[in-house]
Amino acid sequence: MQFAFTDEQQMIRESARAFLEAEASLPAVRLASGAVNGYDEGLWQQMTAELGWSGIAIPEAYGGAGLGFVELGILAHEQGRRLVPSPFFSTVCLATPVILELAREEQKRQWLPAIAAGQLKAAVAVTDRVGHADIRKVGVKLAQVGSAWVLSGEAHFVVGAQSADLLLVVASAKDANASQSLRVVAVASGTAGVRIEATEMLDVTRPMASIYFEQVSVSAEDCLGVDIDASSGLQRALDQARTMLAAEAVGGAEYSLEAVTAYVKERVQFGRAIGSFQAIKHRLADTMVLVEAAKSMAWYAACAADEYANEALAVAASSAKSCCADAFNAVASNAIQLHGGIGFTWDHHAHLYFKRARASSMLLGSPAWHRERIALGLGLSQIASVPQF
Amino acid sequence: MKIGFSAAQEQFRNEVATWLAEQLSGPYADLRGVSSHTAMVERRRVWEAELGRARLSSVGWPVEWGGRGASLAEQVIFAEEYARAKAPSRLNHLGVELLAPTLLSYGTEAQKTRFLEPIVMGKEIWCQGYSEPNAGSDLANVATRARLESGPNGDEWVIDGQKIWTSLAAFADWIFVLCRTEEGSRGNRGLSYLLVPMHQAGVTVRPIREMTGHAEFNETFFTGARTAAANIVGAPGEGWKVAMATLAFERGVSTLAQQMDFTNEFEALVKAAQANGQATDPLIRQRIAEASIGLSVMRYSALRMLTNAESGALSHEAFTYRLYWGVWRKKLGELAMDVLGPSGEYAHGDSPLAHDLQHMFLFSRSDTIYGGTSQIQRNQIAERALGLPKEPRGN
Repeated sequence: MQFAFTDEQQMIRESARAFLEAEASLPAVRLASGAVNGYDEGLWQQMTAELGWSGIAIPEAYGGAGLGFVELGILAHEQGRRLVPSPFFSTVCLATPVILELAREEQKRQWLPAIAAGQLKAAVAVTDRVGHADIRKVGVKLAQVGSAWVLSGEAHFVVGAQSADLLLVVASAKDANASQSLRVVAVASGTAGVRIEATEMLDVTRPMASIYFEQVSVSAEDCLGVDIDASSGLQRALDQARTMLAAEAVGGAEYSLEAVTAYVKERVQFGRAIGSFQAIKHRLADTMVLVEAAKSMAWYAACAADEYANEALAVAASSAKSCCADAFNAVASNAIQLHGGIGFTWDHHAHLYFKRARASSMLLGSPAWHRERIALGLGLSQIASVPQF
Repeated sequence: MKIGFSAAQEQFRNEVATWLAEQLSGPYADLRGVSSHTAMVERRRVWEAELGRARLSSVGWPVEWGGRGASLAEQVIFAEEYARAKAPSRLNHLGVELLAPTLLSYGTEAQKTRFLEPIVMGKEIWCQGYSEPNAGSDLANVATRARLESGPNGDEWVIDGQKIWTSLAAFADWIFVLCRTEEGSRGNRGLSYLLVPMHQAGVTVRPIREMTGHAEFNETFFTGARTAAANIVGAPGEGWKVAMATLAFERGVSTLAQQMDFTNEFEALVKAAQANGQATDPLIRQRIAEASIGLSVMRYSALRMLTNAESGALSHEAFTYRLYWGVWRKKLGELAMDVLGPSGEYAHGDSPLAHDLQHMFLFSRSDTIYGGTSQIQRNQIAERALGLPKEPRGN
């Protein structure tokens, strides 16, 4: 038990921060979010091919650095501070754990070294039209028709879909004997019958798309793994990705707090820095309490992603995801308030963080959904009594 | 960064758990589950001695003073197992957790030799004399005075004044007192940190009945109370520095024991909610989940804080931790009452479980007051951690 960064982890953090401060200023972030596919390909190549960020948690046997979710979380956290738009979350934090949990050996050999080298971008299509976080409610079906398999349906809120080369599609499958299971199917993004429609989102820093599958022919070989239900492995990978969202949210929250703290020290009204008013000080103090709590949770959950078995990880991931999302939302909204009028403008960065906070809290399960999951994990029986009107 | 324990650490856990189980199902079965700080005092003194003999009174202390020189991880394990075994609340926690570390840092060799062993063995119970009627949040506004006098017993400090909110004073043997020893000094200058025996004519204790109905705190009056000139920690006039060091130990390993109490309270609340069906209410479920997240926040914040404390710096989470748990526990109390529903309004609850939860609800109103109100905590976070301008001071 050692709940502090090692020297190596500290070094990864410092070098990532220095790199992003130089290469991903807020104006650059705005520019990137307006680019094709919503990110800066040159920056992505630097992050991956040069710095090796996409391979940090990929085993050495597949061309990665063989580190874990704490190191990956450090990179997610640093990018969260700058709201860097990139395929990092979709490819590295989400698709890679799915591959590691579920893919066959030859699939891993095909994809993981390419991801580590920055040559392959991937996205995971798991969410239905309503945005359910429950994997039993996916909107894509995989049906066996004779000896062939056909994908149909739609997936929404797919992070990084526009730029992805490889789509990992979660589908409820029914084979010729009508036996049902959950499968993850690998589909190249240019495949006939796959239509990717970019959706304009409030959060411009994390592009999403809807994907429509119109009778897409696939083979059994395209499924990850061999003839097994993907639920348990997928759930683990999703929980690991949730811990990375938590780390990223903490990065955003931390930066928001630093920026607004600096502002209230400079902004003078009534002849004094507004940061000298107790109303402001106490609000920022409460904000800091949330940020520090969220930090503790994010790093705990990142450790859990490496160390815990599925059920314990689920509780840790849900705890961190909801706690960090709530904290980021609160911090980002306080930041707008304490900046006053300027914080309400399009040109100021505060709304970018505010919108990222909200979008992240809705991704892979809302805070309330995660709290209900924790309640179930605590063994609280479910039947609610409904009041009589 | 890693949260799992090593095989050797798990072996230590096993040793502690086995020992506690043997004691608490055997000779000390009557003490299992005793959580009140004022109940079964004489039996708990005997228990403290038993812990001391097993070198489990304060595992983190150096071996030469009766501890085991345990690592942080082992101290975490001890706190967890102590709570899991439902071992009684520590009678001498102020001595073990606050005074002793202060002496280890600031005391003379003679003081360590004189005072540490009786603390480890539960022979001398300590209480803390900081707050005064006019020195609450403004702790430095101390009016209790002490002066050195020569007498038949050699040089002695003679103390006059009043302390308040002294928990355990009713049966404590000694008190550490913050006194003004420089005539005419103000604020945090001119204070000294004295160790004073309680059993003497010059010390009078009067219980304060709190809104819980119980009397867990006291007023302590000093009227010409005396202690030997050597019973000063640090130099005369350095009392503030020493007192602040003691307060810093509140952020130390003792927080782990407190968290374990919180875990037990949370589990009691869940049990009550499942027993009366409230656990099926979606809003109650949300709040129970939120409370459980808070337990993890506190656990991992404490581990961060304690790990960072080893490097000497007071890190960000050390500033926010106190405010976090005070607010958390108050919410837990409110949740407990919502879970109990109307039966929580019976003056003593309608079951021992309900009574405990109700008492926790009432007591938790003090959690954002004692040891510095939440308002003071927020000032400190804003000024010391965020670097915002200081509050102007009145005269």
